[in-house]
Amino acid sequence: MNAAIVVFLKEVIENLRDRRTVMNALLVGPLLGPLLFAGLTSVMISRELDRGEKPIEVSVVGAEHAPNLVEFLRQNGVKPKPPVVDPEARVRAQDEDMVLRIPASYGEAWRAGRTAQVELLYDSSQRDSATPVERLRGLLQAYSGQNGAMRLMARGLSPAVASPLVVAARDQSTPQSRSALLFAMLPYFLILAAFMGGMYLAIDTTAGERERQSLEPLFVNPVARWRILAGKLAATVAFAMASLTLSLIAFGIAGGYIPTARIGMVLDFGPRFAAIALLVMFPLVLLASCLQTLIAAFAKSYREAQTYLSLLLLVPMLPSAMLAVLPLKAQGWMFAVPLLSQHLIITRLVRAETVTLPQLLLCLGCGLATAAVAAVLTARVYRSERLAISG
Amino acid sequence: MIEADDLHKSFGDVRAVAGVSFVARDGEITGLLGPNGAGKTTTLRMLYTLMTPDRGSVRVDGIDATRDADAVRRRLGVLPDARGLYKRLTARENIEYFARLQGLDAATTAQRCERLIAALEMRDIAARRSEGFSQGQRVKTAIARALVHDPRNVILDEPTNGLDVMATRAMRRFLHGLRDEGRCVLFSSHIMQEVAALCDRIVVIAGGRVVAAGTADELRAQTGESNLEDAFVRVIGSDEGLAA
Repeated sequence: MNAAIVVFLKEVIENLRDRRTVMNALLVGPLLGPLLFAGLTSVMISRELDRGEKPIEVSVVGAEHAPNLVEFLRQNGVKPKPPVVDPEARVRAQDEDMVLRIPASYGEAWRAGRTAQVELLYDSSQRDSATPVERLRGLLQAYSGQNGAMRLMARGLSPAVASPLVVAARDQSTPQSRSALLFAMLPYFLILAAFMGGMYLAIDTTAGERERQSLEPLFVNPVARWRILAGKLAATVAFAMASLTLSLIAFGIAGGYIPTARIGMVLDFGPRFAAIALLVMFPLVLLASCLQTLIAAFAKSYREAQTYLSLLLLVPMLPSAMLAVLPLKAQGWMFAVPLLSQHLIITRLVRAETVTLPQLLLCLGCGLATAAVAAVLTARVYRSERLAISG
Repeated sequence: MIEADDLHKSFGDVRAVAGVSFVARDGEITGLLGPNGAGKTTTLRMLYTLMTPDRGSVRVDGIDATRDADAVRRRLGVLPDARGLYKRLTARENIEYFARLQGLDAATTAQRCERLIAALEMRDIAARRSEGFSQGQRVKTAIARALVHDPRNVILDEPTNGLDVMATRAMRRFLHGLRDEGRCVLFSSHIMQEVAALCDRIVVIAGGRVVAAGTADELRAQTGESNLEDAFVRVIGSDEGLAA
């Protein structure tokens, strides 16, 4: 049997017997993402459903000064609440999202045909209240416009005289595009699963083996170092891919329970998505395994390797965070950058958008080339004399 | 047969080995005696091809170690200073792993495992995972995996380190057995009594150099001391780092 296969089989068996590795690589890693994603999506969907339908609850101070206005609001989905004392303080303390205050002079001004004033108290730093505030402001404007038109008509004028311009807002956002942050996080969850799946093997097979003093006896065997490294890398990649596959299956199952269709959002976690995701992730998994092994080879102990590799887990978050904050338009060159290209392609796939063959090939080609460079680098480190010596 | 010729090795400014030459013959036990830090482990590491000498050469059964390291490794059984086992594998699996890396087929592997497990009296631990093994059980397993390919030459770095009296005696018997089979046995030690009791030929190392070599009688004659331990102390110049 080829020595690399001997090493591979031994590493797989040994690590399958390690409860900590199995827990982290094959349970926590793969399930963390789908669970978080399902949770976040559910929260987002219930918010989205709230947007149009939920009645606006607002405390109205001085409702008795404008019974018609209050009645109009009530008919349009506003639930007036009893007045509160010191509304400014209550809004600032976030006890109330907003308060509508109608001054005593409202009735007098209204009857005299002057512009009557109502006050809307809110806190614009409270992002949560922005939507209801906008809706209430819109209703108040509508009431004003409606009555203004009636006053003009009563005087025999066309309402158009007073409104030479009207803006018709046509929001082109979809629930899909409004959940950009969510989609930006999704590839990270998959990449995280793959990185976590391989991490423990990368540490165990190099830093761990040196710390347990078994690397030196291993290297005394008549086997080229690169074959030993190949076996160890293959085991690391196998665990990472297993973790990724489990994660994709979990996403597939979780996807069935997320009521995305209710808000018209498309989420595609089907077999085709899973297959292409596995394919585009393969070069990245290879690259990650090499880098993890490389870093673990430099670390002086298991603990030190663990610290470095935990930091490495944060690296794949960069494109997610970047694309969430700056929603860049995908450029051609981006498909040549490992990590970024996986990110873009997985996002597109899950939104059921098309990925072209050149994009796919660019991602695979550049990914594999980068992984090859990392592998050669790791093999060089593996050849060094100091690698086997512990302490 | 293991031949070391003018070996040199430095780590940065530290000259760990600065001119070590000796021959370890077949059918003999050769002891490498020296205080801690004398360069014994580094010398052995060059012999078993883990390190490349800065200068000098190593030949095993006439094969140059730098030219054909794999052929040399096939002819060597090595118990290094680092003798970690795979904790989540059983003793037998530990041995089998090295047998496969040596390229042995399944039948030979099974047969050799059986023989070594019997010879080292480790039948009771063969099917146990090596986590929690005593020092003696660990050394037995490490020796078994080092010898599974039936090498002509055996190198052991401080083989009795950490062993209790019984295990040490068993180890000495085992080394004698290897010699009587006609193998070349080379081991290092900082324990004078052990070297005196075990070796046919002694190489004394201090400060990275060979300071004396020969049989016990030759060493006694060279130094004019009737006691071998006194002879060791005399050629090294101090008893620091040695153990009686």
